[in-house]
Amino acid sequence: MFRTALRNVLAHKARLLMTVLAVMLGVAFVSGTLVFTNTISDALQKSSAKGFDQVDVAVTAESRPDVGDRIVKTPELTQALLERSAKTPGAASAVGVVTGFTAMADKDGKLIGGGFQSQGGNYWGTKDVRYPLVSGRAPSGVNEVLIDAKTAERAGYGVGDTVRLSVDGPVLAPRITGVFTTDDGNVAAGGSLALFDTASAQKLFGKPGVYDEIDVKAAAGTSQSALKSALDAALPKDQVETTTGKQLADDQAEAISSSMSGLKSGLLVFAGIALFVGTFIIANTFTMLVAQRTKELALLRAVGASRRQVTRSVLIEALVVGAVAGVTGLVAGVGIGAGLRSLLGTLGATVPDGPLVVSPGTVATALLVGVVITMLAAWLPGRRAAKIPPVAAMSSVHATASTRSLVLRNTLGALLSAAGVAVVLAATTMDGSDGQAPMGLGAVLLILGVFVLTPLLSRPLIAAAAPVLRVFGVSGKLARQNSVRNPRRTAATASALMIGLTLITGMTVMAGSLQRSIDKMASSAIKADYVVSMANGNELSPDVDDKLRSVAGVTATSPMRNAPARIDGTTEYLTGVTGSAIGELTDLKVDDGAFTVAGARVAVDEDTAKSHGWKAGSVFTVHYEDGRKQQLTVAGVYQGNQLIQGIIVDNAALTPHVADPADMQVMVKTSGGASEGTADRLEKALGSNPAIKVQSRADLSHEIAKTFTLVLNMLYGLLAMAVIVAVLGVVNTLAMSVFERSQEIGMLRAIGLDRRAVKRMVRLESLVISLFGGVLGIGLGVFFGWAAGELLGTKMPTYELVLPWGRMALFLALAAGVGILAALWPARRASRLNMLAAIKSE
Amino acid sequence: MTTSPLADRTTTAAARATDLSKIYGQGETQVVALDRVSVDFRQAEFTAIMGPSGSGKSTLMHCVAGLDSFSSGSVRIGDTELGSLKDKQLTRLRRDKIGFIFQAFNLLPTLNALENITLPMDIAGRKPDKEWLDKVIGMVGLADRLSHRPSQLSGGQQQRVAVARALASRPDIVFGDEPTGNLDSRSGAEVLGFLRNSVRELGQTVVMVTHDPVAAAYADRVIFLADGRIVDEVYGPTAESVLDRMKRFDAKGRTS
Repeated sequence: MFRTALRNVLAHKARLLMTVLAVMLGVAFVSGTLVFTNTISDALQKSSAKGFDQVDVAVTAESRPDVGDRIVKTPELTQALLERSAKTPGAASAVGVVTGFTAMADKDGKLIGGGFQSQGGNYWGTKDVRYPLVSGRAPSGVNEVLIDAKTAERAGYGVGDTVRLSVDGPVLAPRITGVFTTDDGNVAAGGSLALFDTASAQKLFGKPGVYDEIDVKAAAGTSQSALKSALDAALPKDQVETTTGKQLADDQAEAISSSMSGLKSGLLVFAGIALFVGTFIIANTFTMLVAQRTKELALLRAVGASRRQVTRSVLIEALVVGAVAGVTGLVAGVGIGAGLRSLLGTLGATVPDGPLVVSPGTVATALLVGVVITMLAAWLPGRRAAKIPPVAAMSSVHATASTRSLVLRNTLGALLSAAGVAVVLAATTMDGSDGQAPMGLGAVLLILGVFVLTPLLSRPLIAAAAPVLRVFGVSGKLARQNSVRNPRRTAATASALMIGLTLITGMTVMAGSLQRSIDKMASSAIKADYVVSMANGNELSPDVDDKLRSVAGVTATSPMRNAPARIDGTTEYLTGVTGSAIGELTDLKVDDGAFTVAGARVAVDEDTAKSHGWKAGSVFTVHYEDGRKQQLTVAGVYQGNQLIQGIIVDNAALTPHVADPADMQVMVKTSGGASEGTADRLEKALGSNPAIKVQSRADLSHEIAKTFTLVLNMLYGLLAMAVIVAVLGVVNTLAMSVFERSQEIGMLRAIGLDRRAVKRMVRLESLVISLFGGVLGIGLGVFFGWAAGELLGTKMPTYELVLPWGRMALFLALAAGVGILAALWPARRASRLNMLAAIKSE
Repeated sequence: MTTSPLADRTTTAAARATDLSKIYGQGETQVVALDRVSVDFRQAEFTAIMGPSGSGKSTLMHCVAGLDSFSSGSVRIGDTELGSLKDKQLTRLRRDKIGFIFQAFNLLPTLNALENITLPMDIAGRKPDKEWLDKVIGMVGLADRLSHRPSQLSGGQQQRVAVARALASRPDIVFGDEPTGNLDSRSGAEVLGFLRNSVRELGQTVVMVTHDPVAAAYADRVIFLADGRIVDEVYGPTAESVLDRMKRFDAKGRTS
C-alpha cells in the first residue's frame, strides 16, 4: 500500500506541486514569524545582558508617591552617597552614572538615529571601564565629547572633528576627543551615545554633584547578593534602592520580550490565517486528487484493498506532501525572517544586529504544522475515498459531486454571524478600552460565520453579477452557472481572498478615518502656525520660548509648561501657558464660561471638570511642588483633545512655584502664516538645532499619521502573502473544475464553442469567484472599520468615518487581478483539451 | 437489394469525402485508420456507418464532421472544403452547419432542457427559429419537460433532448456517435424513430455510427467499413440483411 501511495505522489506532479506550495506558504509564514521574533529578541537580550557586565549592584534613588497636599520629590544621589557606596565592605569600586538625552547631528545637520535613541552620559574619570577607547583621550569640559564608534563610522566623524549636539534646546559644538566602543543595547540598536566628563554631564543633564545611578563593582570573592545586602545596610534605606546586575538584566530581558510579544502575536495571527486558508486549499486539492482517481481507488477496493488501506494510502500521500512542504516551508521561512528584518531596517526602524536564530522549537513547529495540517486536510477526502464502492471501477459514470444538504452548515453560519454582529454592535456602544475584547471576539465570530455561510451567499451575490456576465454571451452564462455549481468549493476558494481583504480593508478604513480626525483636530483646535518641540518628546529649555518670541514676524508664542500639583489629594499635571497669547494660539470650543487664562483664572477641559465636579466659576485649591498653595477659579470649561487637555494655568501664576520649568511644546503664531521661509527663520533663531522640531499644523498631523501608515504598509506586505495563497487556491479550484468538466468542455467545443470562448468561460468563472471573495472581504472590512471607529470615537470627539473609495476600488481590482492571473493556466488547459478524447464516454 | 456506385454524384451531397486518408504514427508503427475513402452523404438521407472495432468508422465520422484532422484527401460540408480551415473556422462550421448526438448524451447539467436545446444558437448569438424549434420539440415529445434539468430526466429523455439540440439549429447535417449505445432498446427505438422522422418529415440529413444492426435498420443506407476502407453498402437495410453482411465479413476475416 505504501508503494501505491508513493507512486501516486509521483504520478500527479503538477497538481501536487500546488498542494505542496499551499502548505509551504503556510509553513513559511509561521516559521518566518518565529525566526524573525526569535532573532530580534535574542539580539536585544544579548545586547542588554552585555550592558550589565560592569554592574554588580546598581544604586538608584527611591521614588515615593505624593502624600496629602504635598508633591514628594525624589531624593538625590549625591557625591556623598557615591563615596559611601565605594567604601562599603565588599565593594571594589563605584561609578557614578549620569544620563540624558543628547541629540547628535550628522555633517548635514540632520539628526542621527530616531530621536528616542539619542543618548548622552558621563565618562568616569580618565579611564572608564564601561567604555573602552578606540582612539583619543578622555574629555574635559563641555567643549569636549566622546562618541561611540558605530555612530562615528556612520556619520564619518573622527577625533578632532566638531560635532553639533543638543541636550535641551541650545546647540553645543564640542570637539571630539575620542571614540569608544560599547556593548550598550541602545547603540547596538542603532542609537547614538555622546559622553562628557562627569562634571559637565551633571551640569547638562541634571544638577551638579547629583548622579542618576551608582554602579558598584564587587570585590573579588563577593557575590552580587552579598554586596547588595552590604549596601542596603550602609546606605540610607529611605533614599535609595539597590538592584543586582543580574536582576537588572533579567528585568530588561523581560521588558524586551514583552514589548516584542505584540508584534509577535500580530504576525502569528497572520500566519494562522495563512494556515487556516491553506488548510482549505489543501483539502480542496486532495478532494480533487481523490476524485481524479475514483476508478483507480475503486479498482484497488475491487481487488481486495480494505477501506482502511485506501484511507491510509491517501494519508501516507499527505504525509509525504506535508513533510516535503514542511521542510521547504521552513527554508523559505528563514528567508522571510531575514527579509522582514531588513525590511524593517529600510522602513527606518533600527533592528539590532545578531545572528539569525532558528531554534529547535521553530523547526519542530514548522514540520509539525506542515505534516499535521496536511494530514488533517487530507483526512476527509481520504475517508471519502474509502467510501468509493468497488463497483465504481466498472461503471463509466463519473463520481458525482456530493450534494449533501447545506442546511446544517447554513444554520451554524447564520448563528455564528448573528452572534458576531450582535457582539460587535454591543461593543460599539461600550467605552473605549472596555469594548476592545468583545469587539475582537465579535469580529472572529462574524468572520467564521461568514466563512461558514459563503456557500449560501455565493448564489445571490453571483446572481447579482448576471447582467454584467450576460454581455459575454454564452461564456458568461456558463461561467456564472459553473461558479455556483459546487458552492462549497467556490466558498473555500473565495474565502482565501475574503479574509485577507477583510483585514486590509478594515485597517485602511480605520487609518483613513483616524487621519481625517487628526487633521480636523489639528486644524480646528490650534490657530498657531507652528508647534516647536523636542525630537524625542523631552522638555525644551525655557529660553526656546524667549528666542522664538523675538523672531521677526512672530506675533504670539506660548510654551506648554508641564507641572505637577496636588488637587483634592490627587496629582494633576497643570499646563502653564502665556495667558495673554493663548487666545491667539488656540481655538478650543468652550461649553461653559469663557476661555480666559489670566492670573488665578484658569480653563479646564470637560473630563477634568467632570471628575472634580467643577463648573465655570468653581473655585479650587492647588498645592504646588514647592509646597505653596493657591486658590484658582474656573473661568471656562473647554472641549479637550489629544493635543490640548487638562487644567490650563497662566505661567505668570505657575512659574514662580516651579524649580525646573519643563516646556513640552512652544506654540508660535506668525503674521505671515506658515511658509518655508518662516520655518527657516524659526529654525535659525534656535541655532538650527537638530533636536528641535519646528512643525506646521500639516507636519503635525502628518507625523501622527506616520505611525499607523507604517503599520499599514507592513500589513500590505503581509497581504501579498494572502494574495499568493488566494491565487493558488483559485488555480486549484479552476484546474479541478476543468478536469471534472472535460467531457462537457469537449462537447461544447464539438457543437461550436471556439477556443477563445472556452478560455473566456474559465476566466470569467475565475473572475466571478475572486470578485465574490473580494466583495465579501471589503464589505466585512468596512463593517469592522466602522465598528472599530465607533469604539475609537468615544475617545476622539473629532472621529468620523471616512470610506477610502479609491483604495477599496483598488482592492476590488486586485481581487479581479487575482482571478485573471489564476485563470491563465486552467483556461489554456481547457482550450487545448483534446475534444475527441473528451467526448468519448470512456 | 440494390447496390449503387459508391460515389453517386447525381444528387446533391450534404457532405462528401474524397480519397480521405488518416494515418497515425510513422514508419514501422504507422497505422492507417482511413485508407483513401470516398463517400457522399446525400441530403435528406439517413446513413448508418457500420464496421467492427478498429475499422475506422468513428474516425471517418470525426473527420467528416470537422472534429478531427485528416492526413490527405478532401472533405466538404456543402460547398466548404474542410482541409484548409483553421480551428476557429472549423468551430464556426460545426456550430452553424452541423448537429451532434453523442453516446453519453453530453448535456450541461446546469442548464434546463430548453436551454440545452438552444445552446448552439446561444453560442452563435442567434435567436432560434420559433416555429422550427416548436416543431422539433413537438417531434421528440418534450414540450412538458422543458424546464427540467438533465438530472431530472431519464436516459431516454436526455437523449431526446440531445436529438432536439442537434436539430434545433437546422444544421446541414447531423452526426450521431452511437446515439443509442447507452439506452435500453425501447428508448433507443424511440430516438432512432425521431432521427428517421427528422429525415422523412423535416428533410434533415443524418449520419450515424453504430454497431447495432437493429439501429442500422432505421437508416436509408448502410456503409460498411473494414480496415479503413469502405467494403460494402446496403440501401433500405433490414436488421437481418445487415447482420448477414456482418457475418460475411467475419467469415472473410477468419478465412483470409
